[in-house]
Amino acid sequence: MSKKMQITLNVNGTRHELLAEPRTLLIHVLRENLGITGPHIGCETSHCGACTILMNERSIKSCTVFAAQADGAEITTIEGLGTPDSLHPLQEAFREHHGLQCGFCTPGMITRAAQLLKENPDPTEEEVRFGMAGNLCRCTGYQNIVKAVLAAASEINTAKEAAQ
Amino acid sequence: MNDLTPDRDDRTANLKGIGSARRRVEDARFTQGKGNYVDDIKLPGMLFGDFVRSPYAHARVVSVDTSAAMALDGVVAVLTAKDLEPLGLHWMPTLAGDKQMVLADGKVLFQGQEVAYVVARDRYVAADAVELVEVEYEELPVITDPFEALNSDTVLREDLQPGADGAHGPRRHANHIFLWEEGDKTATEEVIGSADVVVEEMIYYHRTHPCPLETCGCVASMDKVNGKLTVYGTFQAPHVVRTVASLLSGIDEHNIRVVSPDIGGGFGNKVGVYPGYVCSIVASIVTGLPVKWVEDRMENLMATAFARDYWMKGRISATKEGKITALEAHVTADHGAFDACADPTKFPAGFFHICTGSYDIPVAYVGVDGVYTNKAPGGVAYRCSFRVTEAAYFIERMIEILAIELGMDAAELRRINFIRADQFPYHSALGWEYDSGDYQTAWDKALKAVDYDGLRTEQAARVEAFRRGETRRLIGIGLTHFTEIVGAGPVKNCDILGMGMFDSCEIRIHPTGSAIARLGTISQGQGHATTFAQILASEIGIPADKITVEEGDTDTAPYGLGTYGSRSTPVAGAATALAGRKIRAKAQMIAAYLLEVHDDDVEFDIDRFVVKGAPERFKTMADIAYAAYNQAIPGVEPGLEAVSYYDPPNMTYPFGAYICVMEIDVDTGEAEIRQFYALDDCGTRINPMVIEGQVHGGLTEALAIAMGQEIAYDDMGNVKTGTLMDFFIPTTWETPHYTTDHTETPSPHHPIGAKGVGESPNVGGVPAFSNAVHDALRPFGLRQSHMPHDHWRIWKAAHDLGLHG
Amino acid sequence: MIPAAFEYYRPDDLQGALALLHEHGDEARVVAGGHSLIPMMKLRMAEVPHLIDLQAIDALRGITVDGNRITLGAMVTQEEIIAHEGLATLVPILREAALQIADPQVRAMGTVGGNVANGDPGNDMPGLMQCLGATFHVTGPDAAREIEARDFYEAAYMTAREDDEILTAVSFDAPNGGQSYQKQKRKIGDYATAAAAVILTREGEHCTGASIAMTNLSDVPVWAEAAGEALIGTDCGEDAVIAAINAMQEAIDPTEDNRGPVAFKRHTAGIILARAIARAWSRA
Repeated sequence: MSKKMQITLNVNGTRHELLAEPRTLLIHVLRENLGITGPHIGCETSHCGACTILMNERSIKSCTVFAAQADGAEITTIEGLGTPDSLHPLQEAFREHHGLQCGFCTPGMITRAAQLLKENPDPTEEEVRFGMAGNLCRCTGYQNIVKAVLAAASEINTAKEAAQ
Repeated sequence: MNDLTPDRDDRTANLKGIGSARRRVEDARFTQGKGNYVDDIKLPGMLFGDFVRSPYAHARVVSVDTSAAMALDGVVAVLTAKDLEPLGLHWMPTLAGDKQMVLADGKVLFQGQEVAYVVARDRYVAADAVELVEVEYEELPVITDPFEALNSDTVLREDLQPGADGAHGPRRHANHIFLWEEGDKTATEEVIGSADVVVEEMIYYHRTHPCPLETCGCVASMDKVNGKLTVYGTFQAPHVVRTVASLLSGIDEHNIRVVSPDIGGGFGNKVGVYPGYVCSIVASIVTGLPVKWVEDRMENLMATAFARDYWMKGRISATKEGKITALEAHVTADHGAFDACADPTKFPAGFFHICTGSYDIPVAYVGVDGVYTNKAPGGVAYRCSFRVTEAAYFIERMIEILAIELGMDAAELRRINFIRADQFPYHSALGWEYDSGDYQTAWDKALKAVDYDGLRTEQAARVEAFRRGETRRLIGIGLTHFTEIVGAGPVKNCDILGMGMFDSCEIRIHPTGSAIARLGTISQGQGHATTFAQILASEIGIPADKITVEEGDTDTAPYGLGTYGSRSTPVAGAATALAGRKIRAKAQMIAAYLLEVHDDDVEFDIDRFVVKGAPERFKTMADIAYAAYNQAIPGVEPGLEAVSYYDPPNMTYPFGAYICVMEIDVDTGEAEIRQFYALDDCGTRINPMVIEGQVHGGLTEALAIAMGQEIAYDDMGNVKTGTLMDFFIPTTWETPHYTTDHTETPSPHHPIGAKGVGESPNVGGVPAFSNAVHDALRPFGLRQSHMPHDHWRIWKAAHDLGLHG
Repeated sequence: MIPAAFEYYRPDDLQGALALLHEHGDEARVVAGGHSLIPMMKLRMAEVPHLIDLQAIDALRGITVDGNRITLGAMVTQEEIIAHEGLATLVPILREAALQIADPQVRAMGTVGGNVANGDPGNDMPGLMQCLGATFHVTGPDAAREIEARDFYEAAYMTAREDDEILTAVSFDAPNGGQSYQKQKRKIGDYATAAAAVILTREGEHCTGASIAMTNLSDVPVWAEAAGEALIGTDCGEDAVIAAINAMQEAIDPTEDNRGPVAFKRHTAGIILARAIARAWSRA
């Protein structure tokens, strides 16, 4: 064990200061120190994407980042995307289009999709498939996930146009 | 009545009952990151367990020195077999009548086997302590091949008396587990011996793993004040776990509460009892503190239950016209170090004898030899009913090979051998009674949907172009018509550890007309909270949105055998319908009293009871529920509750027709799925949206298995596929678009006619993908090439056919 | 998969990082994106008592285009390469290759410096940099020096960089001609079964320059000089391509793994190279 260091994280708009060993994985800090259990641990070798969060406005796999590296970062997890009263369009679309079954990949999947749609607001099906390829799902076969992401994109774009 | 018709439609729609594509109630929490999985559970003072595992596949354990680990700050205990022995817990029974080491007792038998269990303040300290446990091993000869195992002098299981019978009869070699037989061997041999046409082939269904995205884990919490043990865990069968825990620990069953929280996929991996559960329970009892154990992905792939590993040698005979006359199968089943299959007790090879498939085969014989090797134990039903995917793969390959031998189109060969619709209920040569089916209709619909004749024409043209040197890509058309057998099962012949495989549902209607239903099953993503409410909505006339479905807490749910083998809808779904009918029967009496007519003068009408012939006189189910609790009704107990335990009279037999169109690159071995059409007949369809989702998911797992997913070992027994880099799980990018379709042939013996669907796409999908690969190379002489069909194996098949010049 | 404990440092300039490296010797490693190193640490296959994080060193960041000369700071991520419009025009092969590395999340963290310095034969950038004839810039305690990408790799995870040096940037001239990076892999997220980087220049129907490098077909990336030479002066037709493939086969030394046996890898390497040549030629 090495000595703990002070780490500051801004998670879903709330500033947290905590003590952790530098080796503590970011996913463990979120889940165990902060009780943010939306992101999950699936493969631990950065293949499955269940631990996907946004760090400094990039999609990353939080099982492959040390807490020390994240010190000072801005982080958004599934818990920060929407509220029960005001869901993110992706949260609505995943439910509407049956884009989930056991739910274990879902937080990472939606969090990744949110960033994908920021970078590419009007993707083709192929672009969605390529952009979501860092997230594994064992239940759905992806077809309805792709459908949900495309539907959410359309929803967001329609809302934007209406607002203009 | 005409003016009432739209009203009836509205009322039916409002129920969101059977047939409704109702959105899932589970999704609100999952989409917001508010699921509650086992690793989300955090109890005060909770400790963390971690295993020291064997790096060797076969070795004596000379010594285990835990002193350095114990000296590490934060380490609370290190358990070895010696510590468990006084409790009688260093070994545990498996679900297959064998026993398994909890912690290495003198030797290790597979890489990754549990040797010592470290308990520490947190998972980081536990991991550090694992590194500090010093184990001295003496390596022994390793056997990874089941055929070698049966001819070797190396004895793997020294704990078993040589020559003594096993749980399933005589063992003919020290590494032999059982020989299980079904059918008429003599008659089969006679028919095959004198047949016009016979083909013989070895079909290997390789070892793979269910690999749910969430690994296995538990939190054991012994409350020493109240004497009560609570175990939260990834259990597909929580009630069975409670009973096993009670039998093993000696704690009375009423003092054990087992809870399956949300489960991140199971696919058969979470049926069995693992050393991690036993050690966590012991550690909690010893320390008086909650202990969590969650395996990592490598541990999951190396040590928890694998699937398949069946070497299936088959012979099939037919007349010159293609009418099949007999089928014979001899299977060498690699069970690994312990027989830890999760099959019903009387079926050590599961329901493999469904291997006559969709065909009317007059005589057949099956023999299965179970064998020990230095591999991980398991043999679970990975998204299939017990050994049914092996059986379906076997027959669907044999049919293709027979078609080659006969020079006949494989679709036509299937057509002339189907069990006809008028033959149901059909008694198969291997002892099953198929409940219902209409294979011909499904087959014709499928062939038409993909323009089968057009595809064959295109394929032939491509072969010509290939021969002219214009392309290096070939087209394969993968056909499958599968018949599943699910819904175990009748208690008379299906049990697990002596517990009959019934299931259950308990319903309470609340005074204001909403309800809660509890079942003995547990969803791992199937959406039970959504679909079981739909069954009930149709049965009792209360909207599904007003029905809570709960499962997985043994303190509150009625006893049931859990969720695997597509048994939830056939068994617990039936219990739900029947419990609902009990509610309805009582509701009828209450309605009649309230309407001041005789019981027989009211009838159920969607969401109410009406006076026969006077539908304007009615009581809604909400009215009736209120009265049940608040009105004294002569001769009727207050309340509106029911419970049903359902013992199915028979299995159900879902079926389907799948067609895969694939292009393979002869040079790189890459395969592209161009089209996949899946027609499923699962009887009555409860929620079409959920069914479609199940089919997509099962097909994708089939794609993985057929095209690359395996647990591979080297000669030293090292696992070569221990991470998701090498253990193939397709991403969005490799996964094709699927077209789904259906016919609907209800089960005659199920209360609502439903058959179950979760596993059909895996059972039918694997042969469809594999047959497509074979079919692409068939024009060049390929008969059989073992899965998985990853790039190099497809390349090798093409290479061996001389296609690389 | 829990890593062993380590001391963590986040120096804000290169000198600070070099001083830490010097102080802790081979007990220290630098980390950029960490997507090669951290999994190894989690598997406890890499022991790193002192971890020096380079993220705060601004001098290691940024993409510079100076006329025809391109410099990528060591900390430039694959994602930044993909998003950079100038690079897409000047060196399209860079974006083409980067898109074939891992998946979006990994590309958001994975850096050029980490990819080339780590010495993992599965990484795609080393072969690409050899194809481009890139120069690696390393700085040690006393001085900075330049090492040609083609001279950098000695064996798996063994490179010409000394333990007390840090790779700070890679630079190369924007190539003329047609380019292509072709990679066969089992799935997204996998390393190459075989990959080929090809840059060709042509005048009319004649190839005037060729550079070819292969990935994951030896314990180091393979710049197949003779394979390139086999194309020069030809029309890159069938015979020339066969000659190039034969020359490439002399240079590679694949080993059997889960992706397949040696014979398969050699065959696939030839097919992939042929495709890369055809694509590059069509773009030249």
